[in-house]
Amino acid sequence: MASYSTNEFKAGLKIILDNDPCSIIENEFVKPGKGQAFSRVKIRNLKTGRVIERTFKSGESVESADVIEIEMQYLYHDGEFWHFMVPDTFEQYSADAKAVGEAKLWLKDQDMCTVTLWNDAPLLVSPPNFVELKITDTDPGVRGDTSGGGVKPATLETGVVVRVPLFVQLGEMIKVDTRSGEYVSRAK
Amino acid sequence: MLAKIREFFALRQVLEVETPVLGHAIGTDPELDFFTTQYRVASVHNKMFLQTSPEFAMKRLLAAGSGSIYQICKAFRQGESGRFHNPEFTILEWYRLDFDLQQLMDETASLLIELLDATLSINKIEKISYQSVFKRYTGIDPINAELTDFIACAKLYGLPEAEYICGNNISCWLDFLFSHRVQPALAKQTLYLVYGYPACQAALARLNPDNAGVAERFEVFINGVELANGYHELTCFKEQSVRFKRDLTIRKSRGEEDLQPDQRLLAALEQGLPDCSGIAIGLDRVLMLATDMTHIDKVLSFAMQRA
Repeated sequence: MASYSTNEFKAGLKIILDNDPCSIIENEFVKPGKGQAFSRVKIRNLKTGRVIERTFKSGESVESADVIEIEMQYLYHDGEFWHFMVPDTFEQYSADAKAVGEAKLWLKDQDMCTVTLWNDAPLLVSPPNFVELKITDTDPGVRGDTSGGGVKPATLETGVVVRVPLFVQLGEMIKVDTRSGEYVSRAK
Repeated sequence: MLAKIREFFALRQVLEVETPVLGHAIGTDPELDFFTTQYRVASVHNKMFLQTSPEFAMKRLLAAGSGSIYQICKAFRQGESGRFHNPEFTILEWYRLDFDLQQLMDETASLLIELLDATLSINKIEKISYQSVFKRYTGIDPINAELTDFIACAKLYGLPEAEYICGNNISCWLDFLFSHRVQPALAKQTLYLVYGYPACQAALARLNPDNAGVAERFEVFINGVELANGYHELTCFKEQSVRFKRDLTIRKSRGEEDLQPDQRLLAALEQGLPDCSGIAIGLDRVLMLATDMTHIDKVLSFAMQRA
């Protein structure tokens, strides 16, 4: 297995820590003028998303993690797994509920998303920052209200419920920010 | 900044000197790695070292009767690169005859205030012993603590990896806890003079004659940044030889290349180094603070990657 020395640590590098794949966010070289050198590293655990700090002895080797991010097309959900395909190679991957996580709220057939693979198995599915989805259920709008402050719940085609302005109608396509789950605008 | 420094020393009648950057010998400190090169005369190849500090050469001048001296020069340390480190950097180093540690601390504070006050508005100078400041932020006594105390302390502060890194190396434990717990906790806009380092971290300082557990060494910190390291200099030839040997044993146990102690420095000590105190300041870091920069690359013309 390949490994990295702390001297090679930089943001984005993927390593194995406590058996989990992690991504380095920041590496600080710490060395007293007359003393031992350390690498103080900020790391994101890619499985849990948690950010931790850890110190290594300078020059220590750490196992690298075979982690890559690939743009894939979402195909379908079979009740247990979510299936994705790499458009260039037609290679298919199936991800379980743990890997898909919150992303399932935003996945629509044919949409592109980023799949993180660890040892060639899906570890994490990230939806695009913005998605366009159709409203499948919402109360009728209030006539004349074009932009006022009022909001109402709307169910989208993936089943997720978001808050939308009163003037948005059933059957319309809207743009949503998947990071905050907030309505952005009507889709053009 | 350089003009201000030269004016500061001219006023105090300290002589500016220059010593070789390239030397036949090098410091033996196990924690300082160096650059080597070769000097070729006909078919003879001599191994040469880029100096990690001008300390040995300056002490030879002192032993030869130079009187108080200062130098602004480049120094080189292998593998040191980060937000506060560049392998090639600038040192201001000076030695004062008949100064004790207190006098040198006062002079260092005056110089730094002169250089930094315009931007940092330092509102306090705190002289504090290593023992007190360490105890204040870790809860343990660095001079008398046992290994188990260090381990418990690291666990308490969520740093369990320290045990793997430091093992039973007390000096490593001190460095670890000091850099992780003490340095980040120091108050801003205060100039800290931390004195009385534990004897195992004496480096080239003499031990306190009244308390052999402590060395007459101090360091300067501002805004958590280590700026300077000063000693009431070790002048004893015998003690210096012993420390060289100890360093070399540690180097050997780590499988590092064999070094020879600097015989010319030892000869100078044997002949007699006058009583003096000396200090080195990392000028790049002073410039970082003076210009409010967070990365050393910002105050260098061309950092290592672009040199």
